[in-house]
Amino acid sequence: MFNQYALSHAALIPLLPAMSFIIVGFFLRRLPILAATVSVCMSLISFALSLGVGYGVIANNITVDNPLIQRIPWLSISGLTVDMGVYIDPISAMMLVIVTLVALMVQIYSIGYMRGDAGFGRFFAYLSLFASAMLGLVIAVNFVQLFVFWELVGLCSYLLIGYYFHKISAREAAKKAFITTRIGDFGLLVGILFLQILFGTLDFQQLASNVPLYVAEHGTNLLTIVALLLFLGPIGKSGQFPLHVWLPDAMEGPTPVSALIHAATMVVAGVYLVARAFFLFSVLPNAMEVIAWIGAFTACFAASIAFTQRDIKRILAYSTVSQLGYMMLALGVGSVTASMFHLMTHAFFKALMFLAAGAVLHGLPNKNDIFEMGGLRHKMPVTFAAMTIGVLAISGIPPFAGFFSKDEILLAVSQVSMPLYTIAVVTSFMTAFYMARLLIVVFCGSEKPDNQPHEAPMSMRIPLVVLGVLAVIGGYIPYANHFGDWVRFGSASHEGLHWGIAATSTVLSILAISLAWYIYGSGKVSPDKLSRRFSTLYKLSFHKYYIDEFYLWLNHTFVDGLGKILYWLELHFVEGIVNGIAGLPVGLGDLVRKSQTGKLQRYGLIMFGAMLILVVWLVLLSPLFKGVLSGGDY
Amino acid sequence: MIGLVHFLTVAAIVFAIGLYGVLSKRTIVGILMSIELMLNAVNINLIAFSRFITPEVLTGQIFAIFTITVAAAEVAVGMAMIFRVYYDRNTVHAARLDEMRW
Repeated sequence: MFNQYALSHAALIPLLPAMSFIIVGFFLRRLPILAATVSVCMSLISFALSLGVGYGVIANNITVDNPLIQRIPWLSISGLTVDMGVYIDPISAMMLVIVTLVALMVQIYSIGYMRGDAGFGRFFAYLSLFASAMLGLVIAVNFVQLFVFWELVGLCSYLLIGYYFHKISAREAAKKAFITTRIGDFGLLVGILFLQILFGTLDFQQLASNVPLYVAEHGTNLLTIVALLLFLGPIGKSGQFPLHVWLPDAMEGPTPVSALIHAATMVVAGVYLVARAFFLFSVLPNAMEVIAWIGAFTACFAASIAFTQRDIKRILAYSTVSQLGYMMLALGVGSVTASMFHLMTHAFFKALMFLAAGAVLHGLPNKNDIFEMGGLRHKMPVTFAAMTIGVLAISGIPPFAGFFSKDEILLAVSQVSMPLYTIAVVTSFMTAFYMARLLIVVFCGSEKPDNQPHEAPMSMRIPLVVLGVLAVIGGYIPYANHFGDWVRFGSASHEGLHWGIAATSTVLSILAISLAWYIYGSGKVSPDKLSRRFSTLYKLSFHKYYIDEFYLWLNHTFVDGLGKILYWLELHFVEGIVNGIAGLPVGLGDLVRKSQTGKLQRYGLIMFGAMLILVVWLVLLSPLFKGVLSGGDY
Repeated sequence: MIGLVHFLTVAAIVFAIGLYGVLSKRTIVGILMSIELMLNAVNINLIAFSRFITPEVLTGQIFAIFTITVAAAEVAVGMAMIFRVYYDRNTVHAARLDEMRW
């Protein structure tokens, strides 16, 4: 019963948070308790509906090849029809559940985290809009709907990253996020326009049936370019190299926002887009290779930066970039299953870790540097447990969630390319190392005497517990329940564990954690000494390979240089023409106005003279008066 | 026999004198008087045309009476304005009243 209702009313899932945004944003901004109640309730209903959709998908045997689609016409002009609608298949159903779940958890958490903040109501309004935009994106039936919500997601991230708008750094970070993703969005938009030109439709279902025919007829050259243009969007949104720079700066927002951005909304939108348009990418081997290599490079590259960062949220941010790289890599080697599986487990453990980090920051206000923390495990046992689960999960230690999904990815990669597999395994080692470093430095060791940490309030602990449980079992349940039969592209892909690969990565992760313990926990080695010995590498990594500086330089040189040239042109060329045109009537006017003397009788004389000329002209030349001169009778 | 042409000739001469006065008189009072001359020239025309071309209806004569009335009113208004100008500027010379320009 409820399943059917949820399936037929799936459009409510994004609409409820949107309603909550309107109610909270316009009417309840000054009433924190009501604002939180309304948004949490809406999220809860939304989540319940998503669960219903999830069960409905299984109960009604809705598969990737046999999706449930509802459409209403939204825009119709000659040659272009755009629908809005709901596209339900196992992939979007899974996304709905994840997004609503994480949004719900984050909202509950925010009740405690944002207590007493002046913008409490505003914050919940934005959170609701953010969730709504992401949900709308997930159920999009065509590229236009997807793009609309894609931009809405970008807007919400801007609003939330710049939530503390009185801080300059937050404003800058918000602008950076918006502009950087915009670069990618431009490519996406151009790609969408190309698709419309080539196929005359943007509907996913129609495109999916048209693309193979097109490829058979015209080959893949043009389509590869289109696909790479489309892929620019995910590069920007999902923080892939070289547009990853905004993601770490997005930490300027409140921590629950970081959790939402990094776990469920925003960044996974790019991964989801590639998965949704996989019918296009999967027939283009060159595009797939680019996706795989960008993903692999991003994964490794971000992990190497996370090695040396000191800000707790920044470390997590780079780990997100790295894990998104994994997901892209999985898509690039053709495994939607592995990518979506990792997306799901990552949503659980990354939200968990961010919320745990938020609890740490809540207990130790105004301290971000992990080396100023230390020994927090006594005062914050729940947070410590949550973070430990998160770290073990992301490191891929069995039986935590990350183990299963990472194994799927490694397996999929190993079947395609050995170099990529090597990169992935090295990255997994690095991931385990820097995450263990974070855990050990923050929670173990001795307490700092001037710190007065306290455990988070109840509303913050509940989401930690829920997500913690999911991060433990979230990998096992799909693994045991034929996840690959449902969430897939093409034929069902579920190979199960490959013991060699699983053992390799697990052993490496345990090694990495032990190494981290040896360096940071045992006290036998001084991390400072190590960083001095490898000072070049350390500096490169600590300064994020100077990419921000490089972009700044690029900006200063080319954009500002171009601006200067254009300014000069404007000043001397354009303005000259405009002023010349404006000067012409002025000069003419100067000439003509001299004739206006104000002398009445001169005007009269001119009038008379003109009249005379007219009369003479009329009488002599006009045929009307021909007979008058030649002979009158009077 | 005095015909239409003779009346028209007289009217033309009167009109020309009036026009000359309008264009050459120094004071606005003189200009106003010249305008009256021109109006009267027109009146002569109207009556002459009426008498010689459509003697059965009196359109021209009626027109002439209207013109005389309007001219009287015009003189009254014109003189009032000239008085105002004189109070204000201390002159009624047309050549000196040339503020209405660029």
